[in-house]
Amino acid sequence: MILQAAINWQSFYFLLFAFVACGFALAVVFSNNIVHMAFFLTLSLGAIAGLFFLAGAEFVGAMQFMIYVGGTLVLLIFGVMLTAQSKFVSMKTAAGEWVLGAILGGALFVLLIRAGFAVPEWNTPRSDAASLVAADAQHATAIGGAVTGYRVDRLSEENPVLRNGMSGYLLPFEIVSIHLLVVLIGASYLARTKKRVKVAV
Amino acid sequence: MADFFNNQIQGTLDWLGFSLSPAWYDWIGPLTAALIACALLLNVVAVGALAFIWLERKVSGRIQDRLGPTRVGGKFGWLQTLADGMKLITKEDLTPAAADHFLFKLAPYVSFAASFSGYLALPFAVGWVGQELNISVFFIIAIVGLEVFGVILAGYASGSKWSLFGGMREAAQVVSYEVPMGLCVLVPVVICGTMNLTAIGEMQRGLFTNWLVFHDPFSFCVFWVYFTCATASVNRAPFDLAEAESELVAGFHTEYSGLRWSFFFMAEYGSMFLVSALAAILFFGGWNGPIPVFGPEALNWVYSQSDLVTGAFRITGYIANLAGCTNLILKACVGVTVMMWVRWTLPRLRIDQVMATCLKYCVPLGAVCFVGVVVWQLADLPSPNDLAPPVHRGAVRENWVLKAATPPGLVPPKVDAPDAAPKAEVTQASVLSGRDL
Repeated sequence: MILQAAINWQSFYFLLFAFVACGFALAVVFSNNIVHMAFFLTLSLGAIAGLFFLAGAEFVGAMQFMIYVGGTLVLLIFGVMLTAQSKFVSMKTAAGEWVLGAILGGALFVLLIRAGFAVPEWNTPRSDAASLVAADAQHATAIGGAVTGYRVDRLSEENPVLRNGMSGYLLPFEIVSIHLLVVLIGASYLARTKKRVKVAV
Repeated sequence: MADFFNNQIQGTLDWLGFSLSPAWYDWIGPLTAALIACALLLNVVAVGALAFIWLERKVSGRIQDRLGPTRVGGKFGWLQTLADGMKLITKEDLTPAAADHFLFKLAPYVSFAASFSGYLALPFAVGWVGQELNISVFFIIAIVGLEVFGVILAGYASGSKWSLFGGMREAAQVVSYEVPMGLCVLVPVVICGTMNLTAIGEMQRGLFTNWLVFHDPFSFCVFWVYFTCATASVNRAPFDLAEAESELVAGFHTEYSGLRWSFFFMAEYGSMFLVSALAAILFFGGWNGPIPVFGPEALNWVYSQSDLVTGAFRITGYIANLAGCTNLILKACVGVTVMMWVRWTLPRLRIDQVMATCLKYCVPLGAVCFVGVVVWQLADLPSPNDLAPPVHRGAVRENWVLKAATPPGLVPPKVDAPDAAPKAEVTQASVLSGRDL
């Protein structure tokens, strides 16, 4: 019985990916070397892609690899490496920044925890596979389906107009991606070489 | 496969007279199945690298009017790679003093892991795939792009200007070539209406006229653009700017020696095989031979749709799958050989020429071909497959639209005519996604 509980593959892989994602996210925070940070961020984002695959949202998982792990990190490393003033860049964080970051991050964390546990269907490991429409979602979980475009918990909505409006989180995912892109461009703008060198004609 | 192992264990236990709750052993089945799949895929990469390095030496030798290796392991020198491997293992594992030690040691494994992960979703025959993904094309393209990350890390962490230049060039090159490569891969996806590689391969069943490369003139062109971009994205000559031994010593792996260096090469050969196998599936019918010997027209040994649902085992179906697997590997090997032939024939491009090839030629060509294929498909223009005898025609031009079963609990997007919707039409995608291993 104990063994059966221990080898529930869904939970096992969820815990594995979740620990990798959270552990390397913490490593990003506590590391001083900026390229190490980028590398840890890759592993963290890759583990999140693993979570998407585990939830059956395969398209979003591959998208996570393509955009976050591939695209933005290459951009980040480009920006960091080309704008670095010294050989190996390291960052020191002041105490005030720690406090501010902790407050902001903590608030966001509490908000996400509340939102994540608000839908009871998301806490069950498997949804009723027969009630899923999309061909790629025969084995998707409720939250996986929600990420790719339909929410199982809102299917009982009577009004078809309202039901269309509750069609999952693909758009927010894309908005967050664009937001991240804007942040990266801003970061490389801030990190650019300030000194203008006169070009000899 | 997992169920098979579990049933075997249960049978053995029953025979021995033990009565044990399945909870004690039912984790062994999935674990064994996963390990077997993993070991098989690892062998594709490792044995593939072994064979391709030997082949590269022979091909380069012949092209340069030499013999290549002739002594190690008999007349054809086929143990040369093994001797190389021994030499590499005995070399000292050096880390430069100026290097970032942590990333320097890790970078080769990042490259190799990225290259190896692509095989996870690559089908070798119907149902012979590590993990059946519905978006396997997209997954493989995303993973192939990740290999560059290891190269950038190696270039940065070596603490050497040659390595850094190599890494930067590789990053610029791979990021640019992902654009036309994505455009080219879209063409088969548009024709077939699915991103599932197994479904794309199956739709090209029949005579070779049904292969997507012969679908229309635009898809014929787009294959060559794809192959160019694939060569560039796996960093092979004439696009091997990241190594460029005439300018950068050895580029990003200047500071590497021994086993770590060989990991970069395993990754490179693994990626070459991966993109070639992808080309074979997307454009050259995958595991379907030019003449459908095992198809329903002739021997009818292949697994039928109902077999795939039940997962039934037939020895004839197994033989058909084995032949299909051989077919795919042969096609991929031809692709790899062409890459070697190109490497030893053409001179290396300059970095600006590499970028011009991508942005000025590959992207516009890919875009024009994409529009052309879409128009061809929309106008329903003829393809060579229409000339084939009807019995040998495959399913591409037939209606393979992927409609999922519509259960009563959920309303499909068009709810007006419930009688018009086909009742629980079991499709290829849902059939395939139901199977594991």
